[in-house]
Amino acid sequence: MTVNVGDVIPTFVRETGFANWNRYAAVNDEFVPIHMDDAAGEAAGNGGAFGMGNLQWAYLHNMLRAFVGENGEILGMEVQFRSPNVKGQTLTAHGVVTGIEGDVISLEIWTDTQDGLKLAPGSATVRMGK
Amino acid sequence: MSNISEAMQAAVGTVTGRTTSYPISESDIRKWALAVYWPGQPPAMFIDPAAAAKTVHGGIVAPEEFNPFAWIAPAHEAFIKNAGKLENNNPDNPEIALGMSGPGLKFQLNGGMSVEYGVRMRAGDVITSESSVGEYSEREGRLGLMLFSRGISTWTNQKGEMVKRTTGTLIRY
Repeated sequence: MTVNVGDVIPTFVRETGFANWNRYAAVNDEFVPIHMDDAAGEAAGNGGAFGMGNLQWAYLHNMLRAFVGENGEILGMEVQFRSPNVKGQTLTAHGVVTGIEGDVISLEIWTDTQDGLKLAPGSATVRMGK
Repeated sequence: MSNISEAMQAAVGTVTGRTTSYPISESDIRKWALAVYWPGQPPAMFIDPAAAAKTVHGGIVAPEEFNPFAWIAPAHEAFIKNAGKLENNNPDNPEIALGMSGPGLKFQLNGGMSVEYGVRMRAGDVITSESSVGEYSEREGRLGLMLFSRGISTWTNQKGEMVKRTTGTLIRY
């Protein structure tokens, strides 16, 4: 597969809420009140319970993994969590190729909602599988 | 007024502890993959040994972001002699772990992460994480003065190979 700067890679999309968050809490022991209880999320200033940053992090990995293939590598990644992922949002992980140096591909990555609200912007470097 | 005390600033760079995981099992990897791909199916390389054997990995490896320390770890060595007792979800835990008073802020959020990956984790691996104190900073946010504190963890496997090096940012307000 030929990759060029500016290429938009396939997205990873999930509707988010307690069904996702509880499953993730179960494997990552992340039963934190702000992710489990609307009152705790609201008390923290976010209008209700909200999803784990770690799960958005995983969704971005899922997107990159599909792009590089099972023999590819995710070399590094950086993400900032800027807005909470609240219940009922359709969360989409995006990536755009920003640079290619040898076999290392740089990407701008982010998650956003169905309304285009950017939740977690960042960057990544990957190597395509052979 | 700053929430960063002189003691907090002086702690930057301190190596705080080392935690060792139980051996990773294929079941741990499958459950993780099922959770992060739900309601879709995870790639076969994480759940099907025969499919995984055909990859360059030669068997099942864990998703890069897999956490072998969730729930319980058999060994933790704390290097801070006067560390206080941590409480679940206490925003002051980073400083309590260093034996000092925290800023007393009420809320905490995951502010972001950066990671550099090395070798993949696979079933049977025992992972060791060494943690150290990263830098503190502050800035005004929509919820007031926000404190950013960073923790650095370096994971190695039983062969001493680097698995990943992560810098996590905790936001408190």
